[in-house]
Amino acid sequence: MHRFANPARFLRLAAVVMPWTAGATVLLIAAGLFFGLVASPADYQQGDTVRIMYVHVPSAWMGLFVYTTMAVASATALIWKHPLADLVAKSAAPIGAGFTLVCLVTGALWGKPMWGTWWAWDARLTSMLILFFLYLGHMALVDAFDDPTRGARAAAILALAGFVNVPIIKFSVDWWNTLHQPASVVKMGGPAIDPSMLAPLLLMGVGFTTFFVTVLFLRVRAEILAAKIRAIRLTQVRGQGVG
Amino acid sequence: MALGATFAGVIRRELRLALRQGSDSIMVVTFFVLTVVLFPFGIGPEVNILERVSAGILWVTALLASMLSLDRLFQTDYDDGSLELLTLTPTAMEIVVVAKIAAHWLTTGLPLIVAAPLLAVLLHMDGAGFVTLLLAMLLGTPSLSLIGSIGAALVLGARRGGVLLSLLILPLYIPVLIFGVGAVDAAIHGFSPDAHLMVLGALLLVALPLCPWAASAAVRQAIE
Repeated sequence: MHRFANPARFLRLAAVVMPWTAGATVLLIAAGLFFGLVASPADYQQGDTVRIMYVHVPSAWMGLFVYTTMAVASATALIWKHPLADLVAKSAAPIGAGFTLVCLVTGALWGKPMWGTWWAWDARLTSMLILFFLYLGHMALVDAFDDPTRGARAAAILALAGFVNVPIIKFSVDWWNTLHQPASVVKMGGPAIDPSMLAPLLLMGVGFTTFFVTVLFLRVRAEILAAKIRAIRLTQVRGQGVG
Repeated sequence: MALGATFAGVIRRELRLALRQGSDSIMVVTFFVLTVVLFPFGIGPEVNILERVSAGILWVTALLASMLSLDRLFQTDYDDGSLELLTLTPTAMEIVVVAKIAAHWLTTGLPLIVAAPLLAVLLHMDGAGFVTLLLAMLLGTPSLSLIGSIGAALVLGARRGGVLLSLLILPLYIPVLIFGVGAVDAAIHGFSPDAHLMVLGALLLVALPLCPWAASAAVRQAIE
């Protein structure tokens, strides 16, 4: 793991990995959209609105997955003082907030025709909203300090504290099962969803994941370059001060 | 032995400070009372509406009052440098933090619990909910102080710490709010509040070891 603590090595790895993940993203999402929007049947109850699912559900998965990534990166940063882990956690937060927002917005668009309301105070919707606020809090805390390392360390502790919330979100369905339908992909006795709908859903899910990896690499690379620019500027300023 | 002595010593110090600057505790209760009194003006004086929302109003307001007093937990000690001295004690930092949290609860949570039944009367809460309200607040407000300590320690030295604190802490308060209100509502409608109270107790038992641990980690990195 500490092999990648070296920024130069990470940048070389990113240059190799990113074209592949970017290409996979394009292919997977294109295939997922084709099977989701064209080749899959409309739901017998929900009609064509069911197709919102192919964006809504993967973005909900990603909202949780990105927070998990952040928590793992934060733990790595706190335990091993891994310099890149801080950057990973910092760069992942806005992406996760984006996925969560997409999930909330598509959920509202789906809820209007199905439930007759934009918003319902149901366990899963509410915990998704809480997750969104957790992301915002993390992003605000990272930027709240003059010293970037101080902000990174405080945010790492916050991410771990907030991570306690992620299982509550995942299992809240079973706790306060109300208006939202119970989990139907991962449950005992196999998925309760037709394979023709499951295939595009999984394609989109994997596509969203490779998209996340691509953007994460991009953002971490930008952070490393920004740190370099900052260092160069500082030496320039010092040089002028002496001269 | 030294552990208990440190614990008691920090609590004594915190309580003495709170008593000498007596206004702090009173301010928290005043905020609680004033905010609750605003609600009848906001939603009208009808008895049945106030009765329906009384548990929620009391809990939300208690939560805000508890949050507003969080800056007293570490911020003042951080500003005058005594927090740095406290980290130098030979006892584990966690013990100092637990003591500070306990003192914070004694000076804010406890006064809120004392004031709550009076406000419940003003909001026409059903008599059946009173005992449960007190029990739920006894179990819930320590969790608020515990969870809040993480946020209070994290924003030490941050810009706009106050606003930031609410963004960090309020989402984490939500489970306590849900089960606190749930307990009182269950009791008012003639159901057993036991399940809600047990979850509140469970939240407290989880928060008790974890929050001081996280908060002292945050204090340590703020002092460095």
